[in-house]
Amino acid sequence: MDKNEKKVGYMTSMSKPGKGCAGDTGEWRVFKPVKDEEKCNHCLLCWIFCPEATITKDIEIDYQYCKGCGICAVECPTGAITMVKEEKQ
Amino acid sequence: MAEQTDDLEFLPRLLPPQEFVAEGNRACQGCGELLALRQLFKAAGPDTIVCSATGCMEIISSPYPETAWRIPWMHVAFENAASVAAGVEAGIKILRKKGRYPADRRINIVAIAGDGGTADIGLQALSGALERWHDFTYICTDNEAYMNTGIQRSSSTPYGAATTTSPAGKLSIGQQTQKKNLPMIVAAHDIPYLATCCPSYPLDLMNKARRAFETIGPTYLHAFSACPTGWRHPIDMAVEIGRLAVETGVFPLYEVAGGKLKINPVIEKRKPVIEYLKPQGRFRHLKPEDIEEIQRLVDENYERLVRRAECDASE
Repeated sequence: MDKNEKKVGYMTSMSKPGKGCAGDTGEWRVFKPVKDEEKCNHCLLCWIFCPEATITKDIEIDYQYCKGCGICAVECPTGAITMVKEEKQ
Repeated sequence: MAEQTDDLEFLPRLLPPQEFVAEGNRACQGCGELLALRQLFKAAGPDTIVCSATGCMEIISSPYPETAWRIPWMHVAFENAASVAAGVEAGIKILRKKGRYPADRRINIVAIAGDGGTADIGLQALSGALERWHDFTYICTDNEAYMNTGIQRSSSTPYGAATTTSPAGKLSIGQQTQKKNLPMIVAAHDIPYLATCCPSYPLDLMNKARRAFETIGPTYLHAFSACPTGWRHPIDMAVEIGRLAVETGVFPLYEVAGGKLKINPVIEKRKPVIEYLKPQGRFRHLKPEDIEEIQRLVDENYERLVRRAECDASE
């Protein structure tokens, strides 16, 4: 077999979509949102106002990607989300 | 929103759960522009092709081997987002004619650009595409300066704002000219639908976006996007700033459908402009007389808008 006819793998310049294209952005966080289960009335305002889409519709916060901007804590009408300072590991 | 209170679809839990801009991208903490896009593409749905001009939203979402877009997305140069969207629309039209594309499937063709890519650099491409009557939606995410390259002034920067190329000082008030009234420039093309929207009012924004995507012909959406980095306000205030901008009349929400302007809603008792200016560091050098001047200009603009809306409603 000629050297030039050697098979090369499938190559593409297309990017693959997915979570975390900038790595684990949760590492940027200084304050961490913590949800109080008792106060939460599932109005979903935190879900619709989260710029990062890290809060699911079941109000579960994805700490791997949450950047800790605190919009959810400001917009929560019942005060169920509080910002707690992240502990150093 | 007064109109929507008795609407059953007011419930946020009926909103689409899909996310088309994935988490873990490089946007700053508390980015209002990303929030606007996230809500807009919830309304657009999966049948969407996006042409994105250079800008914050291109930089943060597509570092080369990765991308945050779960829908077809294309990066184009600063000045021609509208031209490329027009080309995509023409391409789909010819594929439909040849029978290689489902005839009944509606595709939303969207061009996104920031205020620099719309008001300064991409204005001729936008004007041309609107005039040729392509069936696409143009979204301008307005954060009032070139934030991506380090807060340089654009023609969309408001009077009195300090940026790195219009710094405030002893002899300078910051930006010395008025903000370009871009939605009205677009309205002068007599397109079927255009609207201004703000992500602090998500249902209003999504209803407007859905109407824009459903309308056949060129449509335009102007989304107000607070930028904590460039406007120098706390990172948890992006939504609050948007709400203050609407309540003080700095950024009125309106739509122009079929040449008729409608403000939604008209705010009778507007808050004083100082409430909007105070949290932002870019306005902190303003003296009381400068704020009075800004208040006068905002009132003038708002009253002009209300008068036009009344004229259009009485016709």
